[in-house]
Amino acid sequence: MNVPIYLDNNATTPMDPRVLEAMLPYFTSKFGNAASRNHPFGWVAEEGVDYAREQVAKLIGANEKEIIFTSGATESDNLAIKGVFEMYKDKGNHIITTVTEHKAVLDACKHVEKLGGKVTYLPVKEDGLVDLAVLEAAMTSETILVSVMYGNNEIGVIQPIKEISAIAHKYGALFMTDAVQAVGKIPVDVNADGIDLLALSAHKIYGPKGVGALYVRRKGPRVKVTAQMDGGGHERGMRSGTLNVPGIVGLGKACELCGLEMESEAKRLSALRDKLESALTVLEESYVNGNVEHRLPHVANISFKYVEGEGLMMAMKDLAVSSGSACTSASLEPSYVLKSLGLSDDLAHSSIRFGLGRFTTEEEVDYAIDVTLKAVTHLRDLSPLWEMFKEGIDLNSIEWAEH
Amino acid sequence: MAYSDKVIDHYTNPRNVGTLDKSSHKVGTGLVGAPECGDVMRLQIEVNDDNVITDAKFKTFGCGSAIASSSLATEWLKGKSIDDAMKIDNMDIVEELALPPVKIHCSVLAEDAIKAAINDFRVKNGLEPIEIEKVHH
Repeated sequence: MNVPIYLDNNATTPMDPRVLEAMLPYFTSKFGNAASRNHPFGWVAEEGVDYAREQVAKLIGANEKEIIFTSGATESDNLAIKGVFEMYKDKGNHIITTVTEHKAVLDACKHVEKLGGKVTYLPVKEDGLVDLAVLEAAMTSETILVSVMYGNNEIGVIQPIKEISAIAHKYGALFMTDAVQAVGKIPVDVNADGIDLLALSAHKIYGPKGVGALYVRRKGPRVKVTAQMDGGGHERGMRSGTLNVPGIVGLGKACELCGLEMESEAKRLSALRDKLESALTVLEESYVNGNVEHRLPHVANISFKYVEGEGLMMAMKDLAVSSGSACTSASLEPSYVLKSLGLSDDLAHSSIRFGLGRFTTEEEVDYAIDVTLKAVTHLRDLSPLWEMFKEGIDLNSIEWAEH
Repeated sequence: MAYSDKVIDHYTNPRNVGTLDKSSHKVGTGLVGAPECGDVMRLQIEVNDDNVITDAKFKTFGCGSAIASSSLATEWLKGKSIDDAMKIDNMDIVEELALPPVKIHCSVLAEDAIKAAINDFRVKNGLEPIEIEKVHH
């Protein structure tokens, strides 16, 4: 076993060597521009792109004509939200999303607000899920788009997508989902789930960075988005720019592999995740964040009360994990996702996210358990809050000097 | 973000972790910060009849730099007179630990903790608390 151990697979994943192998020829011998229609170099590149388009479409139950290649999910989110707003603003100016979305969605919505759109940011329940009654109450005749992420990047909860899309459609709105964390990890089907637009990314599914896709429904209804970049009219006019052929080929291969291995991987990873979680929640005052039934197989987000996340990560020095603490940011604000679950700031500061992946072994998980147990114990020995808790002092009774 | 060797040293082998008897009139206790902000320091000093700090202990909830700042502070306090302890400036800690700008607040908290402990000791012994400038916040 080599250290450090990578347990931050929600941030990015290592590329699968099989993906790299598929990509390599497209850097050198098959280097053509996929838009060059008049010679074999272009044809070969185009064939690679077309095949990748089929591979991506198959993974999400779409038609290959519905796949728009982009530079990644941030671009896909931007294209979907700003593009739908521009295309449909005569029909209505209202968009609904949630407070736990990725920043790419939240900031694209803020941009829409600047353009005169109205955006409702739905709260979530304590378990991180959208309250369907609250969603329905927010729908108006002006609502053109509902955008709710499929699986959350910090806590892994899976939203009730079918129910959400049904509500959106009942009121004549389109449904978009940022499915970056879900695609390739759990079954996603754009037709069964009622999805009109879907953003995905290659580097979260063992593909390369810098490439992603936006699914745009063509039938029932035919969805259009206004291009956000002007140029050669690539990707059915929705996304100009010479195609990143090696990246696209890699994304296609990554999707194919996920489709083949998803079922067994989900079982393996959820078993490892459950092992990690049950071993760590043996510690007093440790809490799993988010709904534990409806969630992705590979994510565990745990708060260890009375220790601070960044300090804790320093003690877990051979483990690459992430924390909801934001001690390094000037604002000192902890994770907005955890706070929106109603977690107090101190619990949000005390959280660690473990993200398992395709290359995570049981030996690594055992090591992570050992290191984490020791680190939490070490830091609690140093923590005045832990000492007060043990003495039975109510921390809320103390007048803290906020700084 | 990479930590300096000195921060790592204090974090890995923190000096003077522990608790002094806060009911003793010889002991001053400073508890600063807030759990919501992700930083709480408790620093305690024990002072002899000559106004010299004979012992110092800390416990800190916070990041590595906060732990290192308070560990260093206890090391510096031992053997110092109260007057000299008052002169410890947060920038001395920043310099010693090579703290980056985003971690300067950790050193500020350590300075606040020293002053709060000294004032607790003074008040317990019938002296006026020293006015503390809150310019850093």
